[in-house]
Amino acid sequence: MSTETPPTTSESARPATSANSRPVAANSNGNGGSNGPGEITTEQVAHLANLARINLTTAEIAKMTVELAAIVENVAKVTEVATPDVPATSHPIPLTNVYRPDVVGETLTQEQALSGAPEHDGSRFRVSAILGEEQ
Amino acid sequence: MAKAELMPYDKAIEMFEPVLGFEVHVELNTKTKMFSDAPNFFGGEPNTNVTPVDLGLPGSLPVVNEQAVKYSISLGLALGCSIAPSSRFARKNYFYPDLAKNYQISQFDEPIAFSGSVEVELPDGRLFTVPIERAHMEEDAGKLTHVGGATGRIQGAEYSLVDYNRAGVPLVEIVTDIIYGAESDAPELAKAYVSTIRDIVVSLGISDAKMERGNLRCDANISLRPRTAPGEPPAKLGTRTETKNVNSLRSVERAIRYEIQRQAAILAKGGTITQETRHWHEDTGETSAGRPKSDADDYRYFPEPDLLPVEPSAELIEELRAALPEAPALRRRRLKADWGFTDLEFQDVVNSGLLNEIVATTAAGASAQSARKWWTGEIARVANVRGVDASSLVSPLHVSELVALVDAGTLTDRLARQVLDGVIEGEGTPDEVVASRGLAVVSDDGALIVAIDEALASQPDVLAKIRDGKVQAAGAVIGAVMKAMKGQADAARVRELVLERANA
Repeated sequence: MSTETPPTTSESARPATSANSRPVAANSNGNGGSNGPGEITTEQVAHLANLARINLTTAEIAKMTVELAAIVENVAKVTEVATPDVPATSHPIPLTNVYRPDVVGETLTQEQALSGAPEHDGSRFRVSAILGEEQ
Repeated sequence: MAKAELMPYDKAIEMFEPVLGFEVHVELNTKTKMFSDAPNFFGGEPNTNVTPVDLGLPGSLPVVNEQAVKYSISLGLALGCSIAPSSRFARKNYFYPDLAKNYQISQFDEPIAFSGSVEVELPDGRLFTVPIERAHMEEDAGKLTHVGGATGRIQGAEYSLVDYNRAGVPLVEIVTDIIYGAESDAPELAKAYVSTIRDIVVSLGISDAKMERGNLRCDANISLRPRTAPGEPPAKLGTRTETKNVNSLRSVERAIRYEIQRQAAILAKGGTITQETRHWHEDTGETSAGRPKSDADDYRYFPEPDLLPVEPSAELIEELRAALPEAPALRRRRLKADWGFTDLEFQDVVNSGLLNEIVATTAAGASAQSARKWWTGEIARVANVRGVDASSLVSPLHVSELVALVDAGTLTDRLARQVLDGVIEGEGTPDEVVASRGLAVVSDDGALIVAIDEALASQPDVLAKIRDGKVQAAGAVIGAVMKAMKGQADAARVRELVLERANA
């Protein structure tokens, strides 16, 4: 990351907001712009594995790189028909403004809430010590 | 932790231009959470205000709270923003157990509000326009308690306990554009900006806005750049730090001042600033290094497939716009005229950040002058001593009750300060404190006259002087009577009675 980043947004990319612009391409994940489909590198896979806290061996990374590249290439076929005048869609059904009234409903009991927890102290979930910090 | 080297503030400003940016999180006071119908209430028994949605249980689906959307639009409009005709939610992916889903539902490339500005009043009365980049909707995270380790912080903790009562509470995050030109007023501007945001959300009635409770949280970004000669292009922006955990208006100001002095000292020695999150420590008035900004901040945002786009109608937006309360700057001008305060008095109120408290106190029945006197006087003094915000000490209702007791002659100012102390200590309402501490003024002339006659009899020389017309001699008797009454008498009335009895 550049050391000249402006002192505002905490996110890794500054979202374009001025025209409420909607990225047309599939690449809206804010990671380094569009590399184009198919360009999956071992570094990217290692980085992703790190983000996802999955330990992968070098051999597994190499294998995943090839497999992910194939998947991305397949999915990228959509760009052959997507033109700039086709708006991106995040949902197959054209519904908007599906809301819930601000009315309190039923909650879980503490016992229910904790019933699936591998570990708890009777009122709170117990998790292993966390490396890193709050987001 | 070694003390960081600091450059004197004036010298730092002489050498460098501060560049600011703020992210303010506002918790909305809707009845339910952002995406579930669990009560929007935390504190109390852990993990009781949760539904399957808040715990991210398989098969649960979020549904948007309509009221939260309306509140967000109102806030966007009050910030002078455009409201997006269509906006979407996005998943911000990260691995941290404060949310059970491994992502936070937020907004990324399509925030509900964007491109606005806010007029902020500096302590000297000048208006400063803070540009707003965006305001977006998201959900708050749960609360973690780190157990074990020496400090109770993350480092060295053996395990952590998680309470999800706060998970899913509706938040609006307000992000400014880069703020140039604050110059030596940067710390004051920071405080004034957060104070203005607080005023706006309070006037909209959309948040409780108590900083000490985390309803309003500020992350302050600051960088310095060297000054260049006139005519030359400005230097490139410096590396920024983001200071978190700034939980009072006072801390916002102090944290910015500290970071300017700290960064300036490093840069002046030819060092470099590390881009990182820094934590503000209220007790020491310092910041310490937290997480470095690195590629760990790769949130892999993508559109939230479980939620549909929010497309507010033009009618709804106009309806909400028409219902907006008076802008804080206009409101201030009106209040100043209504209250008849001098420029100095009013500026004092604005700088104290206690405008809303005084409004609420007058609404509860006190005169504006009395409300001002108590809030900017004794209450602000106690708050300063304790290093907390005055508004957290006492409620406007109790202040108005206190004023009423003084106006009725039940309390002198001196006694009222003791009653206030009792109220601040949580001993109850002013009436209850008067009763429990036995602080009411002795207004029974009979009791006063007995004490006065006694005092006059024991000081015959004073009595003679008073009778000779040396009225100032009465002071000794008044003092003795006040002492006998344990201070619980109205000195002016005692004086009247002393002169009356001496010359009787």
